[in-house]
Amino acid sequence: MIVISKEKLTIQKEQDVVLFRNRIKELATKIGMSLVNQTKLITAASELVRNMLRYGGGGITHLEIVSKNSIPGVRLIFVDEGPGIKDITLAMKDGYSTGKSLGLGLPGAKRLVNEFDLKSEPGKGTTVTIIRWKNGL
Amino acid sequence: MNKESAAALKGKKKQILENWMANQLKDAALRDDLMSVSELQQQSEEFLSTLLKAFASPNAEDTDSAGYESIHDILSEISITRARQGFSPRETSAYILSLKEVLSQVLEDRFKDETAILYREIISMNKIMDSLSLVTMETYIKGREEVILRQTNEMSEISTPVIRVWEGILALPIIGTLDSARTQVVMEALLEEIVATGSRIAILDISGVPTVDSLVAQHLIKTVSAARLMGAECIISGIRAEIAQTIVHLGIDLTNIYTKATLASALKMSFSMLSIQVSKAAQNGPVGSKQNFGF
Repeated sequence: MIVISKEKLTIQKEQDVVLFRNRIKELATKIGMSLVNQTKLITAASELVRNMLRYGGGGITHLEIVSKNSIPGVRLIFVDEGPGIKDITLAMKDGYSTGKSLGLGLPGAKRLVNEFDLKSEPGKGTTVTIIRWKNGL
Repeated sequence: MNKESAAALKGKKKQILENWMANQLKDAALRDDLMSVSELQQQSEEFLSTLLKAFASPNAEDTDSAGYESIHDILSEISITRARQGFSPRETSAYILSLKEVLSQVLEDRFKDETAILYREIISMNKIMDSLSLVTMETYIKGREEVILRQTNEMSEISTPVIRVWEGILALPIIGTLDSARTQVVMEALLEEIVATGSRIAILDISGVPTVDSLVAQHLIKTVSAARLMGAECIISGIRAEIAQTIVHLGIDLTNIYTKATLASALKMSFSMLSIQVSKAAQNGPVGSKQNFGF
């Protein structure tokens, strides 16, 4: 896998989410992603970035255009230094939430993207990496 | 800054003010449409007197000292008003920078033969004026931020109209991102209107919502539940194809809520729920002639 372009965006407040989503849309349009795939990617990103704001106290996002076997895709990495997730298996279950939300953010985001990786260490923070390929496979 | 230069500047106050005003007036950036000349003269005179007083104080170079407090106040006020009046950053900072030029001229005349002192005094004066111009910029930006914040608030209020489309049917087109604050505004407006009109059906149209994630969905569900508690049924319309797919993948359960793809089909559904029949009138004359519309 090769990284074609990369950039960084800091997320500190709710207003940053809109800017972040618009930037992803630009990247996805640039590689010619279809509207359905774009919407799925943006929604997944929106879930993760909201989690980052709500539980991680904000953090940094990396937006990258990557390519594997000459198929382009968008890779997003969310890094926060919040309290971390104690039980990842439980957190990935539908309907589980430590807040008062629907509990669909993490599992839903996973279903919306092609590759999903979550690393977390209690007390140190959480890093989530997602990729959605242009062809959606 | 030594006593001599402070005294020299004080002695030339009238001339400084005149030159400064001339400088400001000749600058192409001056906005006499936003501020009258007499107003500017008054503002400048007040500022200059306070500044010269601060120059004469023992620690004149420390712009955080007590002597500069009132200067900071005046400057902040000037730049905040200018930001609100729509001055550009350039115009705002030109106010301080044009004074710097005049002050250097006076110092140059005073210390014509003592280059070393002149150099030192100019540097020290520059330092003070630069730090003041930073204050100007800082408060200018603060003033602009206030404007932006106010506009954001205004926008969230104007963008949530509740429309009465039929007797007993309300429509609420939601445009933009649906965050917690917006939901509060939307919900309040809707519930109030339900009471005021006695409507039984509310159509929430989300055609203008770019992203529907689980938080937005949760806000929608909350709004629907609140409306139900008041005896009104909600229909969510404007669900686009890509949003429908995304909602399914996210796993959001909207089966308890009536949803439609378009506002038109939601309206049709409300008609049947209220047992209203809308049909084409029998046509007598040629299509499109005025008497057919019944006005």
